[in-house]
Amino acid sequence: MQNTFAYFLDQLINGLTLGSIYGLIAIGYTMVYGIIGMINFAHGEIFMIGAFISIITFLILGLAGITWVPLALLIVLIAAMMLTSVYGWALERVAYRPLRGSPRLAALITAIGMSIFFQNYVQLLQSARNKPMQPVISGGVEVMREGDYVVSLGYMQGIIMVLTIVLMAIFSLMIARTTLGRAQRACEQDRDMAALIGVNVDRTISLTFVIGATLASVAGMMFLLYYGVIDFFIGFLAGIKAFTAAVLGGIGSLPGAMLGGLLIGLIEAFWSGYFTVEYKDVAAFSILVLVLIFRPTGLLGKPDIEKV
Amino acid sequence: MSAETAVAQGATSLDLAGPIPGGGEVRLTVEHLTMRFGGLVAIDDVSFQAADGRITAIIGPNGAGKTTVFNCLTGFYKPTVGRLALHHPKGEFLLERIEGFRTAQDAGVARTFQNIRLFPRMTVLENLIVAQHNKLMRASGYTVFGLLGLKRYREAEEKAVELARYWLDRTLLTKAADQEAGNLPYGDQRRLEVARAMCTEPVLLCLDEPAAGLNPRESQLLNQLLMFIRDEHKMGILLIEHDMSVVMGISDHIVVLDYGRKISDGTPEQVRSDPAVIRAYLGEDEDEEPVGETAAGQESAAREGDERDA
Repeated sequence: MQNTFAYFLDQLINGLTLGSIYGLIAIGYTMVYGIIGMINFAHGEIFMIGAFISIITFLILGLAGITWVPLALLIVLIAAMMLTSVYGWALERVAYRPLRGSPRLAALITAIGMSIFFQNYVQLLQSARNKPMQPVISGGVEVMREGDYVVSLGYMQGIIMVLTIVLMAIFSLMIARTTLGRAQRACEQDRDMAALIGVNVDRTISLTFVIGATLASVAGMMFLLYYGVIDFFIGFLAGIKAFTAAVLGGIGSLPGAMLGGLLIGLIEAFWSGYFTVEYKDVAAFSILVLVLIFRPTGLLGKPDIEKV
Repeated sequence: MSAETAVAQGATSLDLAGPIPGGGEVRLTVEHLTMRFGGLVAIDDVSFQAADGRITAIIGPNGAGKTTVFNCLTGFYKPTVGRLALHHPKGEFLLERIEGFRTAQDAGVARTFQNIRLFPRMTVLENLIVAQHNKLMRASGYTVFGLLGLKRYREAEEKAVELARYWLDRTLLTKAADQEAGNLPYGDQRRLEVARAMCTEPVLLCLDEPAAGLNPRESQLLNQLLMFIRDEHKMGILLIEHDMSVVMGISDHIVVLDYGRKISDGTPEQVRSDPAVIRAYLGEDEDEEPVGETAAGQESAAREGDERDA
């Protein structure tokens, strides 16, 4: 069965779905790294909070009697994006901004501390139990049939991929074309100089966190809808995987984060499909090790060339 | 500081009463500026004025505190004592109290550095557009309209490109518009920095050694550019420069610093013949040799020493 094309196609669909989620989270890592040169290890927790806000909003909507799925999804999406971005903003404002200009290690340790804080915060407020949710969107379209084996693209999978593509398109457009995007790139290349031409650097950094959190919240919502169960610890693994994706693509590079996310998703899906499910995390993290050894700048990252 | 110097200092007019040497409307008034780093006094009670539509040069031996003055003006340092008043059409700004980015955004003070600080991985044109950030940010309704491609934003962006093109033309960089700024020749990068500063539409332009490392031809181009900015745009320019041919050739007003103190303030002719200046540059020996060439030679020999000034 493993040798059929249908099986391959099935894994491809799974991998792309998973990769979309990783890619959206990875953008947050890579953007923050680009602009302030730190790894925001609490970003995985922002994703987890996004998932929790989504499930809470779904429950509230259920109680309020709003059950028409497209409307409910839209409301949840907006609520998750807005509330999670507040967390992203507060995280930067409270934990990172006071440390601006201090050694990198201080910022790194703070990030790990904030990650632990967010995990415990959600655990205390929401308890450590798994939170299940009934599938909101089920069914799919049949893509291929080979004997008894049916490959189908779930509606949810389709939504995840389309939503990811749309968000990434908007986001790329914003970075490349708009004033904010230019300001972000300016801050990334020379923060002091950006301030001297009148860019409000603090606000630009805040907005970077807000954008990263917004994308992570969408990933959180999709994760919830796709897997149907979340707990306070999902941010850890997803965060580390997305970080791996960002490094694989070249940390600091936005197309790299998207590509890296997709690759990690595919590697995980194919490894689970063709080898063992148990070692899928090992496979993903081996990639991290290999990339760091052989190509530290990642696939699309540019090496720092010092001009003398 | 010897008693002799103190006497010479007394002889030079240090007070701010009376018109500015070189003429013009007052744009910037620096009063009693003092900057201490622990026990080190980098600037000691310096007062001077800079005029609109004039080039005011700040000169002095290495470590005299020239760049520190700029850092105080542009919000990098908070002066220990002193008042830095910018007379802006919108009102008076006290630069020592303004947060870094507002110096450019609200007060309209633009600055360049000794070492080139372009955005190397942006194109030349983008460097000039990003300098118009605030205008565009407002027009784009903080990016939202920009994404939607509304007409108002497109018009604002067209205008920004127009201004950028104007300065590209003036700095002879039109052909390089789409190149990455980091790949330009050195002299072109220097002029692009000035162009970028002008794109922020400032009221005062502060240039920290814009001619450093330029060959004579490039230096000439830069002089022409600065004189164009002064004459056609009536811009006040504050200039730190070591190259005496530049200083004497284009400035209207020269302030001389030595060991953090102002030792002379006047027109190029006055400063050139001021005994205190000659002493600072050539040592205690009374010497009739003009300040010009000798000082320039001395400066470049000890250039590295000035890095700590940056």
